[in-house]
Amino acid sequence: MAQGLKFADLEIGTDIPGLSKGPITRTQLALFAGASGDHNPIHLDDAEAQAGGLPGVIVHGMLMMATLGQMLTNWCPQQRLRKFSNRFAAMAVPGDTIMCSGRITAKREEGGERLVDLEIKAENQSGAVLLVGAATVAVD
Amino acid sequence: MDALRKEFLGKTYPKFSVAVERGRIAQFARSIGTDDAVFFDEDAAKQQGYRAIPAPPTFAYSITMDAGQAFNVLEDMGVEKSKAMHGEQGFTYFADICAGDTITGQQKVTDIYDKKNGALIFFVTEMKLENQAGTHVADLHSVIVIRNG
Repeated sequence: MAQGLKFADLEIGTDIPGLSKGPITRTQLALFAGASGDHNPIHLDDAEAQAGGLPGVIVHGMLMMATLGQMLTNWCPQQRLRKFSNRFAAMAVPGDTIMCSGRITAKREEGGERLVDLEIKAENQSGAVLLVGAATVAVD
Repeated sequence: MDALRKEFLGKTYPKFSVAVERGRIAQFARSIGTDDAVFFDEDAAKQQGYRAIPAPPTFAYSITMDAGQAFNVLEDMGVEKSKAMHGEQGFTYFADICAGDTITGQQKVTDIYDKKNGALIFFVTEMKLENQAGTHVADLHSVIVIRNG
């Protein structure tokens, strides 16, 4: 982990190291359902998902967001994460790979802290955008 | 839409309280595919400056799911879970959430709107989370999308 990221060393427009995870399996969705407390059958049962108008089970949005979170905390200590958000732009299904990337968009000082803003996103293996979001981290 | 807004906009759900368990954090960490020692080993966590094993950044949402939040809004509206999806999620972090903490919060509906002539209904909720010491640890902003029909 890059401890002690320095404000002066970070440049707007720079990419942070990406992270890819997958392919996502149905077993992982079952484990995440139990671990996350999200037991919505659209992640577990094809018949229930289809009854809801979906083609079949879909990946938990929060499992994809957790992957984006790991990309961020591989780059900066978790205790430096100030804000983290995303929109769930498209669904992922079992077999998809979640490919995360992030880029520095701003540097600023606020409340006595040096902050860096990032735009972050996750795409699948075909380049379809799954998540679009933003994060703010405090740096030295 | 006007009837929905009249009934739910500004609605506040009862306060909830959830104990954050160490085993649950380990299970969550495994399920998202991380082997970072801070989530499994208290010594490793303390060496990294945590007072105990920390929760991963998105675990705060699971705390609220354990308390039935998000689903309670759907039940309230009489909507099947299979008709709902997560539209947006945001976290603002103020302090660590660690194993052994008891987190309390309260969900409030802050906006309701539709798209595609009512085919999609968006429910926006906000939650402030505090720990057992009354320390404000995080704010959550959630958008749930309901496929209407």
